[in-house]
Amino acid sequence: MTHAIELADLHKYFGKNEVLRGIDMTVDPGQVVCVIGPSGSGKSTLLRCVNLLEVPTRGKVFVEGVEVTDPDVDIDAVRRRIGMVFQQFNLFPHMTALQNVMIAQQRVLKRSKKEAEVVARDNLNKVGVGEKCDSYPAQLSGGQQQRVAIARALAMNPDLMLFDEPTSALDPELVGDVLAVMRKLAEEGMTMLVVTHEMGFAREVADRVVFMDGGVIVEDGAPAQVIGAPSQERTRTFLRRVLHPEG
Amino acid sequence: MADQPKTAEPARARLSPRKKRQISRGVQYVILVVALVALILYADWGKLAESFAEPDVARTTLPELFTIALRNTVIYTIGGFALSFLLGLLLALMRLSEVRPYRWIAIVYIEIFRGLPALLIFLLINYLPLALPGFQVPFGTYGQGILGLGMVGAAYQAEVFRAGLQAVPKGQTEAARSLGMSAMRAQFTVVIPQAIRMVIPPTMNQFVALLKDSSLVLFLGVSSQYVELAKFGNDLASTHSNATPIMITGLTYLIVTIPLGYLVTRLEGRKGRTI
Repeated sequence: MTHAIELADLHKYFGKNEVLRGIDMTVDPGQVVCVIGPSGSGKSTLLRCVNLLEVPTRGKVFVEGVEVTDPDVDIDAVRRRIGMVFQQFNLFPHMTALQNVMIAQQRVLKRSKKEAEVVARDNLNKVGVGEKCDSYPAQLSGGQQQRVAIARALAMNPDLMLFDEPTSALDPELVGDVLAVMRKLAEEGMTMLVVTHEMGFAREVADRVVFMDGGVIVEDGAPAQVIGAPSQERTRTFLRRVLHPEG
Repeated sequence: MADQPKTAEPARARLSPRKKRQISRGVQYVILVVALVALILYADWGKLAESFAEPDVARTTLPELFTIALRNTVIYTIGGFALSFLLGLLLALMRLSEVRPYRWIAIVYIEIFRGLPALLIFLLINYLPLALPGFQVPFGTYGQGILGLGMVGAAYQAEVFRAGLQAVPKGQTEAARSLGMSAMRAQFTVVIPQAIRMVIPPTMNQFVALLKDSSLVLFLGVSSQYVELAKFGNDLASTHSNATPIMITGLTYLIVTIPLGYLVTRLEGRKGRTI
């Protein structure tokens, strides 16, 4: 079976700083994999290497069997199949929610305006912001903006979705709405690679949890194992800090 | 306990700070009044009015002041502005290009045209036909004036655009690219529209600067149908040996530039808001 994502001996340097020190991992179609770990552990960099927003210094990235680190591959075509959701939403501020979800459909997939609008409204409804079609991002709450961003990615009919700390910039009371949308996506069988600090979400929704620290994968397994009964001391220390911050 | 340290008396100012401020302000008013009185007494008001505000001479500016001079000033300015806008955007994109020679070309252009007096560019334009035999700037004097204003304005406008382009967060490009847009498409659908919105106020300042610089068309050797405000005023002033036409054209400039200045200030105030 072809893996949805395969990372092989991935290394990434920022200057002299080695952020990824040899990552090997796979995500299978339909799997939900959550990457957890302390800040600076390289988890966002790992995610951004999958669609080449960061170019790995060494190693290979395969998406659905295609080597995206091959310089001859059409990276735009690969990215069309990978939805990405950012911590800071990155909605286009000069467009309404509807236009945000339509623009890439029209410009990249060459859908007609009519078709793009139908798809956009469907997806905005699906994530629960259907009534906000004509609002500009600045008029929306963080939770609404992030859901529009998810709709924008879904409208491209991606095969897999990358989430880069999607709830970290949200007020606590808005986190639930976004997680609920992600949970629904997972139930529909979407392949998802999620960098997150939401341990509850990872425990309940993920098929696998990957714990990273210092640019390497420390533990990789079922949530019950990695979060419930970690075998490594580093994992235990991290989880203690996250789950009982006041010690 | 012979010499006990004397406790320093709090230095008692002979004048209280408040008193000092009052005196200072009083002196400033006295200077102003003396200057005004001197001006009123010693200036020859009759002579001044005769040279700078003579109604009979003022009347000779009409209707050509508006039908020719202001109209031409607007044509030069808008044409020059359009050229500087497009050329400036191109230069800004070159300035930020990954291709090094493009960056060099843009930097050299910007430094030269910002470093030279605009007047010099206009003087050089007069020699274009000599340098390029058979070449003619289209639209005659209009074309020459627009070319001069556009080339000078582009250097400044390029820096305005560069600041705007760099102010668009990197995440915007990343979002566009991750949706499968090419680098070029991301630039044109996502980055440039936002940059242009951000630079509206400084761009309007550029427009005002070009409006004033359009007076340099004076140095292009212009026939009467092409005159703009400054030359129009100057020619009439020589005819009448009287400065009134220049004063009138000055007023005409102000009628346009001052409201535009206020508009810019208002737009800058709204900068925080989106759209």
